[in-house]
Amino acid sequence: MANKYDVIIIGGGISGCAVAWKLAHYNLKILLVEKEADVATGTTKANTAIIHAGYNADPDKLKGRLNVKGNEQIKEISKKLNVPFREIGSLVVGLQNDNLKVIDQLYAKGKENKVKNMKIVDRKWLRENEPNISPKAVKALWAPTAGIITPWEFALAMAQNAVANGAEVKLETAVLDIITDSDQVKGVKTNQGDFYADYVVNAAGLYADEIAQLVGIEKIKITPRKGEYYIYDQAKDFAVNHVIFPVPTPISKGIVVTPTVENNLLIGPTSEKVASKQDLATTRSGLLEVISGAKKLYPDLDLKDTIRVFAGLRAADETEDFVIEAAPHLKGFINVAGIQSPGLSSATAIADFTVEIMEAQGLKLSEKKEVIETRPEPVRFYEMTNQARASLISKNKDYGQIICRCETVSYQEIIDAIHGPVGARTVNAVKRRTRAGAGRCQGGFCGPRVVEIIAHELGIDPTEVKQEEANSNILEYKIKELLGKKVIENA
Amino acid sequence: MHKLEKKLVIIGGGPAGLAAAKTAFDKGITDILILERDFELGGILPQCIHNGFGLHHFKEELTGPEYAQRFINDVAERAIEIKLNTMVLDVKENKKVYAVNKTEGFFEIQAAAVILAMGCRERTAGAIGIPGTRPAGVITAGTAQRYTNIEGYLPGKEVVILGSGDIGLIMARRLKLEGANVKAVCELLPYTGGLTRNVVQCLEDYDIPLLLNHTVTGIKGNGRLKAVEISEVDKNLKPIPDTAKIIKADTLLLSVGLIPENELSKKANVVLDQRTGGPIVNEGRETNIPGIFACGNVLHVHDLVDWVTEEAEIAASWAVKYIKKDFLKETAAIKVKAGQNVSYVIPQKIELQADDRKKIPLYMRVSQPLTAVNINLFADGEKLYSFSEPFAKPGEMISIPLAQKTLAQHENLQEISVEIVEKEGE
Amino acid sequence: MIETKTLTCVACPKGCEVTIEYEGNEIIEIKGNTCPQGSAYAREEIVAPTRILPTTVIVKAGALPLVPVKTSKAIPLEIIPDAMEIIAKLEIEAPVKMGDVILKNILETGADVVATRNLPVLKA
Repeated sequence: MANKYDVIIIGGGISGCAVAWKLAHYNLKILLVEKEADVATGTTKANTAIIHAGYNADPDKLKGRLNVKGNEQIKEISKKLNVPFREIGSLVVGLQNDNLKVIDQLYAKGKENKVKNMKIVDRKWLRENEPNISPKAVKALWAPTAGIITPWEFALAMAQNAVANGAEVKLETAVLDIITDSDQVKGVKTNQGDFYADYVVNAAGLYADEIAQLVGIEKIKITPRKGEYYIYDQAKDFAVNHVIFPVPTPISKGIVVTPTVENNLLIGPTSEKVASKQDLATTRSGLLEVISGAKKLYPDLDLKDTIRVFAGLRAADETEDFVIEAAPHLKGFINVAGIQSPGLSSATAIADFTVEIMEAQGLKLSEKKEVIETRPEPVRFYEMTNQARASLISKNKDYGQIICRCETVSYQEIIDAIHGPVGARTVNAVKRRTRAGAGRCQGGFCGPRVVEIIAHELGIDPTEVKQEEANSNILEYKIKELLGKKVIENA
Repeated sequence: MHKLEKKLVIIGGGPAGLAAAKTAFDKGITDILILERDFELGGILPQCIHNGFGLHHFKEELTGPEYAQRFINDVAERAIEIKLNTMVLDVKENKKVYAVNKTEGFFEIQAAAVILAMGCRERTAGAIGIPGTRPAGVITAGTAQRYTNIEGYLPGKEVVILGSGDIGLIMARRLKLEGANVKAVCELLPYTGGLTRNVVQCLEDYDIPLLLNHTVTGIKGNGRLKAVEISEVDKNLKPIPDTAKIIKADTLLLSVGLIPENELSKKANVVLDQRTGGPIVNEGRETNIPGIFACGNVLHVHDLVDWVTEEAEIAASWAVKYIKKDFLKETAAIKVKAGQNVSYVIPQKIELQADDRKKIPLYMRVSQPLTAVNINLFADGEKLYSFSEPFAKPGEMISIPLAQKTLAQHENLQEISVEIVEKEGE
Repeated sequence: MIETKTLTCVACPKGCEVTIEYEGNEIIEIKGNTCPQGSAYAREEIVAPTRILPTTVIVKAGALPLVPVKTSKAIPLEIIPDAMEIIAKLEIEAPVKMGDVILKNILETGADVVATRNLPVLKA
């Protein structure tokens, strides 16, 4: 049966993609369904992009257990999947007048969680290694195993590798209901038809509680918690060498200052419970909180070179822990919910843990004979040497036509993104894969070209090209469309 | 890797690059290469289909495409070499230029002199941090202009514009004429940033409200823009909370400033001026790197293309002299200082010998609107002379001549400064 | 009734504030202009304001889908919306040359709609 699978995964965020990636190593027929036009469009696209070392969470929580494990796995997996990961280390920086005891407590908790190579560093060390840090910085917890990654690329790479190993990814496919047969899950009803499987993984992120409610599970309660951010231009010559945290307070981890893999500077997030799962609006007060928080750590930071503000929603469960478990009353239905920070850091460990649960439920796991372990590295023209560029273009001239000038993205990279596995259909999907439009002009120059290329490659009209969601058309009308209807004779 | 040698490489085939090429050619340097990233020449002018160009330079009123076409024809008549669809990726201090295109691949050009003419880009919503969501339909005015006038699409039909810079004003009329409902143009400052003629002919003619001391305080809607929230601002330009108003809109255009595009200049170690965003130059428009010149919007943002042309002619003339090894520099440069009410002056320094011009034009902008002004020039604090103008507006560049003989009369001059002050008693 | 209006002269980029006193179409006094163009401008703005209309015309098989055009001389401001409606219905074939007349004597104004750039045929 074409629409019969072994496992169906609901949600193409970091967790869903990780589970699909892991399961695709086995002889299983896998389907991942995602309601949006791309993977990684929810919480995965708007967060702090950190692989935490793992000293934050209590060891008796899933968060505490899975973070350290995920952190340990990331080096090898990111290499195999060709996802840039930079192990730059993190610092929890204590300023004069902060409660410096907290730093020692975090160190102790890190020890308990088996975080490697942590050190308490002093003022002198900080001055040498973080020259721009506040002169008030006196002490810090240094966790060298923390790092930074591009979260959407990590999710996409896992989805692409899953596809390479035979999994299917269906985009713009929203789950409407769960099909059950007495106490056994049987599949999902979607806006694209029904799909069947004896195992269904609920990795629906912010909507995981709503999916769980479809099968009568009421205990999962996702309260979106908003985080607001500023992102700075790549060219900003303001050195920040580690992921910098302030000393956490009982209510918040505080405003982080960190470079990104692409060498932008990222500051944020706030932490505010909101009523709506669609409330992705930044606020005046939130943005003020971000900049004033960042300035405590880096007093010389200003807003002159910011290129974007954004907000993300953490899919926080009431328990403030991950909820990864089989439904007690419905065989084959597994929840992977409440995946907030450190969800990104824990992603591969979450996948392992989920697969263990499924195996315990009876899922037969036999490894494929020929698993594709790696994802081919996408061409990243902007970071190539001139020599490498010359040789690349001599092989394919279309890499010589630059579309995005700020990030130096070529025509062929955009074509690759559209026609590659889990291909881009929207302007933002192209941006996530290639960085076209992610630079200082924010698509001002390349936007029209990217719209044109997407329209041409997908065989649609430019007025049908979307930024991201279903109703996010970039262009509403053809020119003259609102005119030319009145009858006036040129007498 | 393919390698070339050229006497003069011009980066950018917009109005600055075209005028520079023409001038350099006519002054005897014919071994020129223009590198242009777009598929055609003209820079931003082909999308500026409105009239109002050329009143100073050609003494007649042209549209943007016509102004560009004249220079495109000039360059074609001189058979000046052009590479289109060509992106410059790197420029070095030694005047090696690295570029890439589809037909020739990646190549290196060793130039004797380089003219930077890359233009500018628009400030974005992110750069000004407007609170709210990130829906489709929030675009810069220049991008909207490209969609409307070149690509053939209308971004939307219920439009709010933030910023009364010229592109914002021009687009208000343009979208209105194409059938859109332009609901308001909001300007944070108590005065417009655009040319007066554009306020009259783009807004007043079509009863489009110009809301001074107003800004956009919220962007609403997921997917496509649903509405914007606008608020009045106080004297410190901070939004006044209870003045917030929601305007239904599917499109928000931003015309909130232009930024000279100097990423390449930085690669060549060209030093930039924090105020203009462009290189620090001498009166020949030469940067701190000998033989690298800059003109047009990459140097400072102009309001009239006519001044871009004039500036390109200056830069090209001196680039020619540089190539012919026909100029010397003074051992110490005279600093040109922006005094009271002056936001910047170009050039920032005077240091060239054998300047055959009788007068050196000083380009400047006033920092706030003033009426009945004196523009005073000082040499090391001593007043030289002054010009009287009925008014000075930040949106309109002022050019005043500095007489060469004045410089000759002052030995060991350290500093020229300019101030713009309102006449007393008026 | 005698009326007074202050206009910003746009005859050149200088932008003088010109004050004009008038009754119906009869001009009583013009003040504030710094050249004769200013007085002529103010008079015309009261009696019959005119504008050059720059817009675009749809092109088939061109290197671009539109060609910019303008009216060869200023036309009455009040008929510009009608002129836009007429121009919206035009469709021409590439190539186009700057100065080509796309439409003669629009709305009997004596102004032609002319192309303001060259536009070659789209290369296959």
